Amino acid sequence: MWDLLKNRWKQRYRTQPFPPRELLPEPFRGRPVIDPKRCEDGCRRCAEVCPTSAILASPLRLDLGRCLFCQECVLACPEGAITYSQDHRMAIGNKTDLLLTGEEIKLAQALDQKMRKLFGRSLKLREVCAGSCNGCDLELQALNNVVFDLSRFGIQFVASPRHADGLVITGPVTKNMTLALMKSYEAVPDPKIVIAVGACAISGGPFEGSPEVLNGADGTVPVDLYIPGCPPHPLTILDGLLRLLGRIEEEDHPLKSI
Amino acid sequence: MNRFSSLQNALPLSIQEIPVMDLDSWRNEILKICRESKGRLIALFSAPAGKVSRLFGVVGIDQHGELRVGATDLGPNRSYASLTPELPEAHLFERELFEEEGILPEGHPWRKPVRKHETGPEGAYPFYEIAGEEIHEVAVGPVHAGIIEPGHFRFQCHGEKVLHLEIRLGYQHRGVEKLLPKSKPTRRAVLAESVAGDTVVGHALTYAHAIEALAGRSVPQRAKWLRVVVLELERLSNHIGDLGALGADIGFLPASAYFGRLRGEFLNLLMELTGNRYGRSFIRPGGVLTDLSEKKRVDFQRRLAVTSREIREVADLFFSTSSVLARLEHTGVVTREIAQSLGLVGPAARASNLIRDIRHDYPTGAYRFHYIPPVRLTSGDVYARARIRSLEGKRSLEFLEEALKALPPDKIFHLCEGLQASSLVVSLIEGWRGEIAHIAMTDARGEIDRYKIVDPSFHNWMGLSLAMRDGQISDFPLCNKSFNLSYAGHDL
Repeated sequence: MWDLLKNRWKQRYRTQPFPPRELLPEPFRGRPVIDPKRCEDGCRRCAEVCPTSAILASPLRLDLGRCLFCQECVLACPEGAITYSQDHRMAIGNKTDLLLTGEEIKLAQALDQKMRKLFGRSLKLREVCAGSCNGCDLELQALNNVVFDLSRFGIQFVASPRHADGLVITGPVTKNMTLALMKSYEAVPDPKIVIAVGACAISGGPFEGSPEVLNGADGTVPVDLYIPGCPPHPLTILDGLLRLLGRIEEEDHPLKSI
Repeated sequence: MNRFSSLQNALPLSIQEIPVMDLDSWRNEILKICRESKGRLIALFSAPAGKVSRLFGVVGIDQHGELRVGATDLGPNRSYASLTPELPEAHLFERELFEEEGILPEGHPWRKPVRKHETGPEGAYPFYEIAGEEIHEVAVGPVHAGIIEPGHFRFQCHGEKVLHLEIRLGYQHRGVEKLLPKSKPTRRAVLAESVAGDTVVGHALTYAHAIEALAGRSVPQRAKWLRVVVLELERLSNHIGDLGALGADIGFLPASAYFGRLRGEFLNLLMELTGNRYGRSFIRPGGVLTDLSEKKRVDFQRRLAVTSREIREVADLFFSTSSVLARLEHTGVVTREIAQSLGLVGPAARASNLIRDIRHDYPTGAYRFHYIPPVRLTSGDVYARARIRSLEGKRSLEFLEEALKALPPDKIFHLCEGLQASSLVVSLIEGWRGEIAHIAMTDARGEIDRYKIVDPSFHNWMGLSLAMRDGQISDFPLCNKSFNLSYAGHDL
């Protein structure tokens, strides 16, 4: 008993404030930033090395939904046109906004007022792992630890789709999981939301084109929020969820230009 | 010539040097090495050779750190006498060969599909059924209550007692092995990292060793040390995380919360060294991509010392609480005999009184210079599998302390291109879950034409089934967490 209390005292309080007060430390690879002006000769080296064809050259664009946040393009580009910021914020609502062009990024918008009234203060989610390597699932699990403490925001993962307001999907959707995913989706009562977490769930990630996978969730179910990453940092996921619920005011937390 | 060729971990061998024998000699040689030289099966796979399918067997003799490989060509009926009745550790490899290539292991007791539930060569395969009064069946999955990977579990019970647990996997099948040879080098590396998301470093390193061997390139000393630093950080994050998960499953929430937080400390160290919490895009053939500055190295040493003390305190609390011990001890026992016959690897084997550790038996890279003594326990229960994680974690921390001191000044990357033609390499690494094997073969043009991956889970899933025998369903979460096997790594 005394040991328990002593341990508790020593552990102190570890929950991280959200929104975080500072950027993540270097060399964290957060949202990529591209500068098409530096890329005028169209050398295409970045596009050639990209493992998932996330980069389109001339003009330079980067598909955030395919990006695995590896370092190949950064290392290949002699002009430094692609860099990683330390910014964790990158959840996107519309699939077309995943394509970065060097202009300001269009982060996810809040749900409409009716949905916010339903889910804004209490959101229950069911996670379906549809062929991920387990990386994204581990980060979703990490949201429940004392550091990120997801439940303080009224968001919880529940055991059954019938208890859920929405699905969180990870993995490229394997053929072998398609039926289970459809059934889980149908079991969530309306109105519902779907969140695709990680490059695999958005585009198939490194498995895109394999005959065993369906290249992401939105061919099977409609997606409301895309959270890029491989895997996304827990703060990226948290930011996406709270943005969707309209609980992040940009004035409190202005987007720094990097 | 009825002997398999000998080769070393992560050193290439010309394919011409691999003896191609007749089926019986090949089969007898595998059995003989396993019986007489205490060998064990590392991989069994096929590769096309002209018009026929060639079957390869890779056997490891742990006590000599020696690998043996031999091949046989299949006849037109594509069948051979199954190894499984005499060598149970071959069972899943043979099932996989049957499913993928239609190579029939005659006399195999259980030709159940590995990944293709309904589309395998014989269609859907029935689950075991037991009939009788008080017999009932419990089915779980593929979608589980928690945030975990999909798999289907079928328990056959008599009252409270579990007679057998049958596990059906394959839901995570992404076709990694087939994708890998066709991909460009940068994609191959990320595919290797994505075999199992909790073993990014382990698989990346095994892949890098295979490619470096085929390219005939060595790696700068500093890179070798940085690689083992991240590998041990990965081991620690997972071992500590598993202890937390076990705490949650027995309702001892303080340990769950504290270990859960401590796991994050290691992930954050990984992030500050590699840019990603799981060490992605750090290890590449030729070296590593980011260096550890002197300032950070000192900071790491300080933080590891603090974390090490905190782990000790929480582990002392966990392993001295009687309600914890009461739940862990004598639960899910896997005896040494069963562990040996199934070919278990990693902490699961070492908890059942078997010393199997690649860092010890087949050392590569910095492990050649710095020895980590393996930990062995004897009881083979959930307690032993949990305890081994805390003891191994302790050794890893001691090793990290030394490794951070020993970091030699050097470059961190050499270009590594151009693979040797017509060669085979077997690359082994002790990941946190056990032995990771990657086998790469090149064709006459030096292109990879066969890439075989064996995740430790592939050897260990059957161990979980047998650990559940005569237990209760309520023991399942404990058994499952104490093994913590990868579904993705198995399904590939």
